[in-house]
Amino acid sequence: MRKVAIIGVGMTEFGEHWDKSFRDLTAEAGVRAMEDANLAGTKIDALYGGTMAAGRLIGQEHITALIADHMGLNPIPATRVEAACASGGVALRQGYMAVASGIHDIVVVGGAEKMTDVPVNDAAAALGGAGDQEWELFLGATFPALYALMARRHMVEYGTTEEQMAAVAVKNHLNASMNKYAHFQSKVSIETVMKSKVVSDPLKLFDCSPISDGAAAVILAPLEMARQFTDTPVEILASAQASDTLALSSRKSLTELRATKVAARKAFEQAKLAPADIDACEVHDCFTIAEIMAVEDIGFFPKGAGGKATAEGETAIGAKIPINTSGGLKGCGHPVGATGVKQAVEIAWQLRGEAENGRQVKGAEIGMTHNVGGSGATCVIHVMKRAD
Amino acid sequence: MTTGTGLALTWRKIPERYNLMGSKCDNCGESFFPSRKICPNCRRRGRIRKEKFSGKGKIYSYTLVASPPSGFELEAPYPMVIVQLDEGARVTAQLVDTAYENVKIGAPVQVVFRKIQEEGKEGLIHYGFKFKMTPGK
Repeated sequence: MRKVAIIGVGMTEFGEHWDKSFRDLTAEAGVRAMEDANLAGTKIDALYGGTMAAGRLIGQEHITALIADHMGLNPIPATRVEAACASGGVALRQGYMAVASGIHDIVVVGGAEKMTDVPVNDAAAALGGAGDQEWELFLGATFPALYALMARRHMVEYGTTEEQMAAVAVKNHLNASMNKYAHFQSKVSIETVMKSKVVSDPLKLFDCSPISDGAAAVILAPLEMARQFTDTPVEILASAQASDTLALSSRKSLTELRATKVAARKAFEQAKLAPADIDACEVHDCFTIAEIMAVEDIGFFPKGAGGKATAEGETAIGAKIPINTSGGLKGCGHPVGATGVKQAVEIAWQLRGEAENGRQVKGAEIGMTHNVGGSGATCVIHVMKRAD
Repeated sequence: MTTGTGLALTWRKIPERYNLMGSKCDNCGESFFPSRKICPNCRRRGRIRKEKFSGKGKIYSYTLVASPPSGFELEAPYPMVIVQLDEGARVTAQLVDTAYENVKIGAPVQVVFRKIQEEGKEGLIHYGFKFKMTPGK
């Protein structure tokens, strides 16, 4: 196995891009990553793309061949990866394995979703496919409802409060307000979150990540070649993935994601590191309760202590473990297939010391990304280190 | 209208949707809903058979769906619950005939047969299980 480095990153602004198509977004993110890597398209050996629901959202399958075409990369192999909201993170893992194995040298990994070309309820129905269609969605459940069922158990078992969940949204909006790529650019207060419309009790509108358009891309290369392209390579120290049941009702516990716990344990083993070694982490906060469970399941805080730790500011920039400096899915937005790749883009910027507008974690050396599919049936985790 | 509503699919799902037919592994004793072909605990040593559940159980978790998916607008807001069945398996379903403020974890519930959704005025009507609180408890 060869060591693998990220040599270039790029993303589009996340948000409602009425004026841009799927092709526009992917080309924009891809070009930015290639310019960042100082790389000619002719050097790229393969493309891996993560998108969850292009078939339902824009009526287009065969999507990575389309991306390769519009990035001018033909005839390289282009492979689509789908793992619901973890599509981007799993695509990154596929790219990582292709380079680590020696099959390809330079790989571009993209993630994208164009979600605003259909009515909101159609987008929500497409996202529902991340859960158990026959035994959850068909019966009237929604994605907020599934996370609400988890939140309720977390509240009962550990005393987690709606105010603690609101604190996740407040922090992530604050971080997003320092990120020019973020869907939401304004701060919110606890009161705003608490008074927002109930979506699925106890989750309110401001507990939920938005429906966004966007794309992100990273360029991978063997670490030994990385310096040909950049002075600031970011080494991928670990890549781990785990699966769990699609249906929530089939799980022993609703207050943890087993896939997260397994993937995190494997990632720390591979990297020979512990949670305390991580300087910045992007976690999958599709709903506020998801961030609370993630910081517990990864091991930053004991089970049940995630809500209190968040409310006490321990996950803010400059505190014990800065979580979601980009604004997370909640603040930066959640173009589903793009999210896992965007997390890697943000961590690369943090490790290179290039995060702008006051959201840079001082002296960040080691970072982590945590990307979840659906209500936890897939989890993929990457650990990265600045390698200059 | 969510997917999962095709004609053959609807016919195929009748035992599970109408009669809460799941499965049980006679090797480890665990019950499953929806039914499985392979026991995840025992795999090749598993002895899976069909099992019809009694439909009695207790609320394990609950929510109130205020923003419904397409096809459920007329019912919203409605409670959704995860029920811990007496046989051990859990199932996700709507809770009916119950004021939300009375819903609590551990409350006894029983299955009822109801309309789930319909495909417009001339399409299929899909029936299946929901739950209600057990009277007098």
